[in-house]
Order: sequence, then structure tokens, then C-alpha cells
Amino acid sequence: MVTGATTRSLVTVRGLSVRYGNHVALQGVDLDVNENEIFGVIGPANGGKTSFLRALNRMDDFVPHMRVDGEVTFAGRDVRTIRNLYALRRHIGVVFPLPVGLPLSIYDNVALSPRLSGTRKRAQLDEIVERCLRRAALWDEVKDRLDGLGSLLSGGQQQRLTIARALSQDPELLLLDEFSIAVDPVTTMRIEEVLKELRQELTIVLVTNLVQQARRLADRTAFFLDGRCVEIAATDALFGGGARDQRTVDYLEGRFG
Amino acid sequence: MSSPAREPWLQALDRRDATWWIDRVCRGGVFVGGMSAILFLTAIFLFIATQGLDFAWHRLSLGQLLTGQRWEPTVEPPEYGALPLIAGTAWITAVAMLVAVPLSFGAAIYIGEFARGRQREWLKILIELLAAIPSVVWGVIGLQVMKPVIQQLFDVQVGLNVLNAGIILGLMAAPIITTIAEDALKAVPDTYREAAEALGATRWQIVRKVVLPHARPGLSAAILLGIGRAFGETIAVLMASGHRLMIPDSIFDSAATITATIAAELGEAAVGSDHYQVLFVLGLLLFGITFAINLTADWIVRGRRGHG
Repeated sequence: MVTGATTRSLVTVRGLSVRYGNHVALQGVDLDVNENEIFGVIGPANGGKTSFLRALNRMDDFVPHMRVDGEVTFAGRDVRTIRNLYALRRHIGVVFPLPVGLPLSIYDNVALSPRLSGTRKRAQLDEIVERCLRRAALWDEVKDRLDGLGSLLSGGQQQRLTIARALSQDPELLLLDEFSIAVDPVTTMRIEEVLKELRQELTIVLVTNLVQQARRLADRTAFFLDGRCVEIAATDALFGGGARDQRTVDYLEGRFG
Repeated sequence: MSSPAREPWLQALDRRDATWWIDRVCRGGVFVGGMSAILFLTAIFLFIATQGLDFAWHRLSLGQLLTGQRWEPTVEPPEYGALPLIAGTAWITAVAMLVAVPLSFGAAIYIGEFARGRQREWLKILIELLAAIPSVVWGVIGLQVMKPVIQQLFDVQVGLNVLNAGIILGLMAAPIITTIAEDALKAVPDTYREAAEALGATRWQIVRKVVLPHARPGLSAAILLGIGRAFGETIAVLMASGHRLMIPDSIFDSAATITATIAAELGEAAVGSDHYQVLFVLGLLLFGITFAINLTADWIVRGRRGHG
């Protein structure tokens, strides 16, 4: 573990289980996500990676039959006892696997969250929109058509728009769920560069089905399999032959999944 | 505990700000709106039930009402056999659906799958306008236009009959069926159409093999709601059906419907009399049937959706 004296955890998870009806998606997960780190989560499909993300910002409120047990804290607070759930969500940005360009203009897509939390001044909004679009490596492509519909952009552009929108929340925690599925490799690399820079300001949980992406980005990586967290280790150690569990070794070497 | 409140934004997690309260208030508002439907439905049901129930309970045999062939409430002794009305309603509704379903499915498929651009928009507006024509106007059309046409075309004595009322009702129900059917077609994702197109399917093949199967629950619901519409219509059917209180033998016989009978007789029946009360029992019957139709429509749409 890269636990230094100054490391503080932003998210702690203890005994987390997620159930959909009778189906157990996640069981007995214990882990910490430190401030200003990129925390990678890898593992084959149906391993509980997405359920893990959903539990963090209490998305279970939207999913019928989803039951979350165990304790999740965010900045030291048990997320279940937070009185203003919406305020919690405003501090946690989420990027879903498939891009969701809301049927608003590109500008309004990015300005939506600041407006929701009360920012009205045009100059301020302009600044946020430009900064977030630049960060998401989209500004140059759309700066001349900010009034165009966000939902009409190409898949890769919409995903970068989604990332810009998540950044416009000024989140403390950014949850990325297989963000590169609909994005071309060049754009993926550009976004990855952005994520590395963002680490200075915020904490990122990166769920990915690309093992190499976790290797490139994550400080620490967790391996999820069949609803359990098999192993958590510093990424360098994990990929440098330091995996303790044979299943992790097999997965990293592509023997299943 | 482990990490005390470090930043100001942490306090926001527990602060119920204006947006939180607005959310609460609006939730309450729409809740009242939603519940009001239940309230009105219950109130109407109770009103109808209390007006008719006493009679239905004590002096009316349900068997006689549902199977009796003579509706003679003003003759002494009165006969309350509603079968002619039920049969008339069923006949006219059946004819109406035979007219409405092909017409409106054709319209919906054309608008949804073939018409393009401005033509499509105009058609939709026109169909919605069709739905806005008052029912009394349809009644006049039945009386003045359809009647002589039917008399000449089929060489029959009576022009106000099941056929006339059925056609009129069918035309009235067509816009609602078209609108709902078109919504059902529109809900079929374009990716399905593109996938079929890429296989070399013709437009019609796409409609037959991909769009219609996927839209079937919605289309069934459209038919059922059309039936409900035809069922409940009163004035137009009163004018066009001839209002003869006997079981029709063919589509060229005049007939009477439950709704038309209530409308025609309620004004003349003394309040609280047996006749007055039996009309409310008819209303209850109508209420039950439309309720069942709507529930079925809902069940079809929902049930299918559940299976994905």
C-alpha cells in the first residue's frame, strides 16, 4: 500500500453488499479510497464493479429492488445519514459507460450543474463551460457551435461532453464507469492525460474493463470477481508480479474474463 | 469522527437548501394531483352506486337485467331486461372497430413509417382535428348524410341502424386509435429499423417483421382504448342508431345502446323511482365494462413491457 503519513481516505467502504432482489451482486467489500488518488477497479463482467459505484452516491434510490447493506462513508460521513442527498450527488461526478448527451445545447449541457446549484452570471458560466470543455479535450471541436444540440454529437464527443459535464459539478469525487467503451483510442489517450492532471484536485474511482488502462492510470487497483473484492494493491506491485491471489494473476494474464 | 468537517462544502451535505424544499413542496403538489384521480373516481362510483344500489339490491334480479329481452320500464308491469341494450352496444361497437382499426392502423403506419417531413406533420394535425369534431356534429352526419347513402346503397328501408352508428362511431374512434398506435410505432427504436434495412429488408418487410411485432402491446392498447371510446359515446350513437329497443338481427336493424338509453330516459324518469334507479344500474354496468377494458389495456402494455 502507498499509505503515507499524509494520506487521508475520502471514501471508506465496510462490509458492503448489494442485492437486486434475490441476486447478490456484491458481497462483503472492504476498501478505502484515498484523497487525490486514482483508484482502479478491474474484473470481468458481472463482478459487481458497477454496483460498487452505484452504492457510493446512493443511486440505489433510482433502482427498484436494489438493496445496499454495509457502511459507505464519504468524507467521513455515512452516506445513508446525509440529510441532503442531492448535495451529496453534486459533490460526486459520474460518467456512465454509454455517453448521455442531454437534449440541450452543448453549452447548456455543461452549464446545467452550475445552474442547478445557483450560478446565474453569464461570465462565470462561460468560464466554467470553456474550462470544463477544454479539460475534457472537446473545446477545440465544439467552440464554434456551442448552441448545437449535445445529443447530436458523435459517440466519442458525447462521452467527452459527459466528462465535461461531470467536471462542471466541481466534484470532490469522480466515478468513471468504463468511460472509454464508446470512445476512439486517440481520444481515450487524451482523456487519460486529463485524468492524470485531475488527480491534483480530486479523487477518481476508475472502473474499467481494460486492464492496461488501470495499469496506466491507477495508483491502486482492486480486482473484483463474482461480487467479491479479491485483492487490492498498489498498481505497480499488482502488475509487477506482486499479485497474491492466483485468480488475480490469471485475470491479469488474460486467462479468463 | 475519523475526519472532522474539513471543508465548507461538507456542511452542505446536511443543509436542506431552497432546492431541497422546492423539491419537497412540488412532490406534495403532484401527489395531490395524482391522488385526486382516485378521489374523483371513488366519488363518481359512489354517486352512481348509491343512486342505483337500493333498487338493484332489493327489487331487481341481476339475471333478469342481464338476460331479459324486453326493456319496457314505463309499461305496467315494467320490464327491465337490458339485453337489447347490451346487444345493441356490442353490435355497434363491433362494427365501429371493423371500420376504425384498419383505417387507423393504416393511418398510423403511413404516418409513422412512410410519410416524411411536412406531409407527416400535416397529417398528424389533421387527425388531431378530426378528434376535435363535437359528437353532435357526427350525429348530424349520421342523420343527414349516412342515412340516405345507406338506404340507397343497400336498398333498405331504415337508414338509421347498426351500420350507420357503427361507421360514425368508427370514424370517431379512429383518431384516438391512430394517435396511440402511432406512439407505439414511434417507440420502436430506429436502430431496429436500421439493422433490418442493412439486411436488405424492404420498408414493408420492416413494418411487418420488426416494427409491428415490437409495437404489438401498444397497438392492442390502442384498440382497447378505441373500444372504450366507442362504448362511452352517447349522443352521436343515439342520433344514428335509430334507437330501437330490440335485439338487432343484422347490421341493417336499428338498435339502442346503454349510453343512449340512459341519456334518452333519465330526463323523463321521476327522481328516485324504479326507472330512475335502474338507469343508474345501467350506468354502473357501463362503468364496470369500461373499467375492465381500460384495465386490460393497461395490463397488456405493462405485462409485455415486463418481459422486455
